[in-house]
Amino acid sequence: MAFTPLQLPDYREQSPEVAERFRTIRERPVVLKVTDLCKSFGVNGSTHVAFENFSLDIHRREFICIIGPSGCGKSTLIRIIAGLDEQTSGHMLVDGKEVGGPSPERGMVFQGYTLFPWLTVKRNVMFGLQMGGTSALDAEGKALQWLKVVGLARFAEAYPDQLSGGMKQRVAIARALAPNPRVLLMDEPFGALDALTRCKMQSYLLQIWKEINVTVLFITHDLDEACYLADRIIVMSANPGRVAEVIENPVPRPRRVAQMLSPEFLALKHRLDELIHGPADAEEEILPVVKLTEAGDEVE
Amino acid sequence: MGLRDWLGLRHELPPRRRLVLLILSFVLPLALWSIVSYVPWIWHPMVRVTDPGGVDYFTSGMDVDRDVFVKETANAAAAGLKPPQGYRVNPLYFQPPHAVARAFYTAFTTPPRLPTEPWLHESLGHSIRTISWGFFVSSIFGVPLGILCGTYRFFARLQEPFVEFFRYLPAPAFGALAVAILGIDDPPKIAIIVIGTFFQQVLVIANTVRKVDPALVEAAQTLGARGWQLLTRVVVPAAISDIYTDMRILLGWAWTYLIVAEIVGTMSGITYFINQQARYRHFDNVYAAIGMIGIIGLTSDMVLAWLGTQLFPWKRRVRAAKKSRAPKTSPATPAAAGTKTAMSAAES
Repeated sequence: MAFTPLQLPDYREQSPEVAERFRTIRERPVVLKVTDLCKSFGVNGSTHVAFENFSLDIHRREFICIIGPSGCGKSTLIRIIAGLDEQTSGHMLVDGKEVGGPSPERGMVFQGYTLFPWLTVKRNVMFGLQMGGTSALDAEGKALQWLKVVGLARFAEAYPDQLSGGMKQRVAIARALAPNPRVLLMDEPFGALDALTRCKMQSYLLQIWKEINVTVLFITHDLDEACYLADRIIVMSANPGRVAEVIENPVPRPRRVAQMLSPEFLALKHRLDELIHGPADAEEEILPVVKLTEAGDEVE
Repeated sequence: MGLRDWLGLRHELPPRRRLVLLILSFVLPLALWSIVSYVPWIWHPMVRVTDPGGVDYFTSGMDVDRDVFVKETANAAAAGLKPPQGYRVNPLYFQPPHAVARAFYTAFTTPPRLPTEPWLHESLGHSIRTISWGFFVSSIFGVPLGILCGTYRFFARLQEPFVEFFRYLPAPAFGALAVAILGIDDPPKIAIIVIGTFFQQVLVIANTVRKVDPALVEAAQTLGARGWQLLTRVVVPAAISDIYTDMRILLGWAWTYLIVAEIVGTMSGITYFINQQARYRHFDNVYAAIGMIGIIGLTSDMVLAWLGTQLFPWKRRVRAAKKSRAPKTSPATPAAAGTKTAMSAAES
């Protein structure tokens, strides 16, 4: 029986509501402006370009996903935006002001949680506030509020190592959000979690995002994750890292897991798959057939 | 209960068996010691003479080698004299458990032979004072320097090559110098302990600090921590419990240097006591004094280990949590499910 693929709509087709939403987003002020960012490393005398000419305007309350194959420099990119690495050239502006070096206005959530193991969950969330000069009493009150937002108020006095991976990452999100960042940077935050927990975490993140209207820049290599979370998706290609396409996500909000089977979701995912893994009808690598005489069950 | 239950590779034993093995680890050496001490036909290379008989140089109560005794007995028999009588004993330097056990008490109650000599408790007190000073002086310089070397490349490059060189110089080699510079009393002894401990301390602590996850420092930076704060609020707290463990191990090393240090200048402390007692041939006291060093070391380490669990609660709780988690397949599910329902309840 011949396999007939689904007839999918064009991924650029937007319903009037979605088009209206993107129009209002574009009218909002730009929070983070990145222009012509380049990064290259010297490797054994030759120069390796991680990515080049990366430009991006992120509007207030926008949720941006950057997706790309490994080696496209997306992690280096977000580290530079966070101020943890230095760009070779290019500029970054937050609210129109040039920035460099790490700062709590660009809060970061790492894949490896990076919670401080010697501090309780509450004190982890208080850390950034206290560094910003908030008094211990105020910081404690705010930290407890943030723990309520991520649903972990009961674990305020626990130590990070007593929590599961998903809970740790929720604490890390609360910790990054507590000092009121202008933009929340997330570097494959759910990459280390199992599939089920990851799915839950994506829902949590959308709920939090909806509630507090923070601007998010999210790095991932998971197609579903990008389609499920993002307003705009920046697709990067590797060697050297370049923006291959910027896609406005046609899936309407509020998002639910059931939408992962909707035609516009599948169309978008199909397009991302094409961009990242090459056209679907490209030939697969065929493994050679090797006869193993000793191998178990004989099948006719 | 097969052999595999006891000897499984890296297989943890149930608490009861651990207790059995703990007791055995002390009972086995003690049993061996008792057998050699109390079973007369095992070892016992000497004979204590009870009746010299016809052997003119034997006196009653003297210990002679067994082959000498056998030869003299044969000679006496050949000459038609009365054979000597005696029973097998161990050499005087090999004391049986009960004598050493008794000495643990009597060593404290026996007054010193000369009024100028110290009592045992004074000797022990002196040793503990010397080691405490040595370790304290070493630590107030060694710990901060180790932390700086572990944190900043500048200090590591500046200090470590020299420290690395110096730590190969054996501390006892500085004995004569220390006496010449610091006199014959306690200062040169403290100096020997400092020299023996300090250089190891800098390197060990620098290494521990270097193992702090750099991602923690980066996370702190994105939260607004700067410069000095990164050291005091991140690097030091992240390393402190491991530094504490290092210090416990280093304190054990300091005890080794103590014995050397106490020979420098006027002999003092527990080493002096041991030497004096050996000179008087009170070997039971010698064993007791050596045993006391072991007991003091073990006790202080156990106290410090317990103190560590009080000082660094996050380490203790990890262990407790891991233990309680082990039987369950998915530890966080109930909690996660709980908050999930809480959230969806809030949503609707």
